[in-house]
Amino acid sequence: MKPVTKKTTFACRKSHSEPGPGDGGRTGSWRVKRPVIDPEKCIPAKRNKPACFTCWLFCPDGVISRTIPPAIDYEYCKGCEICAEECPAGAITMVDETLFIIEEKQEEK
Amino acid sequence: MHIIESGNVAAASGVKLAKVQVIAAYPITPQTPLTEKLSEFVDSGEMDAQYIPVESEHSALAVCIAASSAGTRAFTATSANGLLYMHEQLQWAAGARLPIVMCVVNRGIGAPWTVWNDHQDSISQRDTGWIQLYCCDHQQIIDTVLQAFYLAETVSVPVMVCYDGYILSHTYMPFDIPEQTDVDRFLPPFSPAYALDPKQPANLNTVTLPDVRPDVRGDVAPGYMEIRHNLHMDMRAAITVAADIDRKFEDIFGRGGNPFIEPYRCDDADFVAICLGSLSYHLRDVVDILREEGIPVGVMGLRLYRPFPNQAVRNALSSRKAVIVFEKALSYGNQGALYGDIKSALYTADNRPIVHNYILGLGGREIKTHHLEKALRESCTAPDAIGDTPVWIGLKM
Amino acid sequence: MTTTSAAKTTILNLPEDELVHPGNRACAGCGLSIIYRIGLKALGRDTILVVPPSCLTVLQGLYPIAATQLPCLNVTFASTAAGATGILGAMRAKKNETTTVAAWAGDGGTSDIGLQALSGACERGENFIFICYDNEAYMNTGVQRSGTTPQGVITTTTPFSGKAQRKKDVPSIIAAHGIPYVATASAAYPLDFFDKITKAKTMKGPKYIHVHTPCPSGWGFHSRFTVKIGALAVETGLFDLYEIENQKFRLTGASEKLIGKKRKPVKEYFKTQSRFKALTDDQMADIQKEIDAKWEGYQQVA
Repeated sequence: MKPVTKKTTFACRKSHSEPGPGDGGRTGSWRVKRPVIDPEKCIPAKRNKPACFTCWLFCPDGVISRTIPPAIDYEYCKGCEICAEECPAGAITMVDETLFIIEEKQEEK
Repeated sequence: MHIIESGNVAAASGVKLAKVQVIAAYPITPQTPLTEKLSEFVDSGEMDAQYIPVESEHSALAVCIAASSAGTRAFTATSANGLLYMHEQLQWAAGARLPIVMCVVNRGIGAPWTVWNDHQDSISQRDTGWIQLYCCDHQQIIDTVLQAFYLAETVSVPVMVCYDGYILSHTYMPFDIPEQTDVDRFLPPFSPAYALDPKQPANLNTVTLPDVRPDVRGDVAPGYMEIRHNLHMDMRAAITVAADIDRKFEDIFGRGGNPFIEPYRCDDADFVAICLGSLSYHLRDVVDILREEGIPVGVMGLRLYRPFPNQAVRNALSSRKAVIVFEKALSYGNQGALYGDIKSALYTADNRPIVHNYILGLGGREIKTHHLEKALRESCTAPDAIGDTPVWIGLKM
Repeated sequence: MTTTSAAKTTILNLPEDELVHPGNRACAGCGLSIIYRIGLKALGRDTILVVPPSCLTVLQGLYPIAATQLPCLNVTFASTAAGATGILGAMRAKKNETTTVAAWAGDGGTSDIGLQALSGACERGENFIFICYDNEAYMNTGVQRSGTTPQGVITTTTPFSGKAQRKKDVPSIIAAHGIPYVATASAAYPLDFFDKITKAKTMKGPKYIHVHTPCPSGWGFHSRFTVKIGALAVETGLFDLYEIENQKFRLTGASEKLIGKKRKPVKEYFKTQSRFKALTDDQMADIQKEIDAKWEGYQQVA
């Protein structure tokens, strides 16, 4: 954070917000479980062409990409599980975040 | 061009000359002839503006808030309970720093219902962050409307132009309507630093946190308290700006010289009556009567009520023996609001005159010249006999 | 005048452009987040938003950061439609004929405190799109009952026996103004919602879209079921997807497909959410009867 400087511009007169990500911080830290896509089951990944993308449509936070295979932005994914629930192929499983923490710790060692 | 017309038409003429782009209003007596006139101007094509007949005063100011946020010059007008219904929006317009101008055609507020004049409506809104200007006659109404836009847009603070219902709004008096070319020379077009624009998206009036936060570039942005402090400081700065605008107005139109206080026979006055609005002209008659008796008395009409011109008030009043504050409103359970402000301004003066407070004319109760004369004579002849409690004039029971 | 049926949007041709930034403060699994994200895609970048206090105020970001990439004016609770009116006035004054003005309010901001301004704007024929996201209570203030809270629902102000009164039918109230377009939509059918906004954009005058918006924390269900529960409200016939275009009513999408079909029992919907736990079997049976009668009416018209 830079120090407070006295502004005399218009911006200083009113609450004027500008667009940017992460207003709520790294919302990925809210997650208890992590959605993991199985490319063996994921329809566009399996067929290797644009198809399905139900996860992309329903993701409330827009953190899944409409790509082959779809990619999840774990920085901001809140772990709501809608993608896992709605995936018609059952390709998304919710994995306990603690497992990833254990993995990270082991990698550090 | 000199014409004889009502105070409401004087106001409407000022709005037209100011080339207002968006007008929103809801009818309430005694403001109605003003907005009727504006709808005539727009419907006949004399004025190129959007006239929006809203379903409430709350929405009238909402329309002005949005229109101003989108970069257009906006105007509304109301009275009494209509102004009170806007209360939330008044604070919003000030907090959002929108240079809206509104005419308040002063009327008493219910309950019980009254449609007649007093100042309780605008005085009760004095802490909303709006600049308040009061007019004494029809010429001042049209002139003040033009100055109000200039002032509002210079300091980014909304302005109320207040004038007495019926006494000014519905009476016919001669006044000069300035030439459009002169008005255009006086009042620059509205060009806000930011207006809502899809090409430069910004989210206005969002939720703030108690402390400051960094913006998207990592610079710390001012927080709620800084934004509110700026509103206060810019309102204080508006006092100087109002004086500058008055000088510029005088240069072009030949009228001006008293941006804060309009004095009458005050040069050698030991006693000075002070009030808001047209009452000061009524008191001029009373001053003339008492002057004939040899009483050194004068009267001042206060034009700028918020921000309060403390220094000008102190300079004008501290050398007097007594200051007599006449008010058509009061802070219930205490005293007249203006009385409190004047006493507060005089507190730091080397010489503190005696200050009296008279409450009168509530709900249109007739203000008799002989009542004013009796009160003012008592204040001038036996100033020590009257205490700190407001004295009510014209009570019949 | 006839009704129009625009080409249906699919997941594959839905615009890629995201107009809401991630990392905002909406709850996980928020139904509003789904429709806001898809709705802004439909509105497009040449849009000015007007938003009263609601969960959307929070979702849109706390000063000085905005989650939305559209210009937005936050207004007081009662003044949403009047705020939109003011922006439209300014757009006319500036001879701007392209920018869409959209108001986006919650159910309280629409059906309760905002109804007067909305009615006024509809009567004046203001050229705007008003979107009400109906999560059936004051969620932003902590789940208090609103005019659109359904009968029997437990909220923090109907804490034990549930709301005694019925849900206020806001789309019908707005339709009574005779505006060109009134539609309902659901967070469970975002493409249908996208198409309805797209259609509304082609029309002049007031357009009103009422969106059923499941709220995991307020309704008492796991966030993973937001879409499922929204769909169940439609499949049981409790919340219907329809359009009233130039005074002509027709069921659309998933609701249209239910005509002549067996609907799921309403009980199935009520059992999925803790907010309905005060509903007795008798009450559920009564509601089932009402829903059956409503659908009997639809069937006769169809």
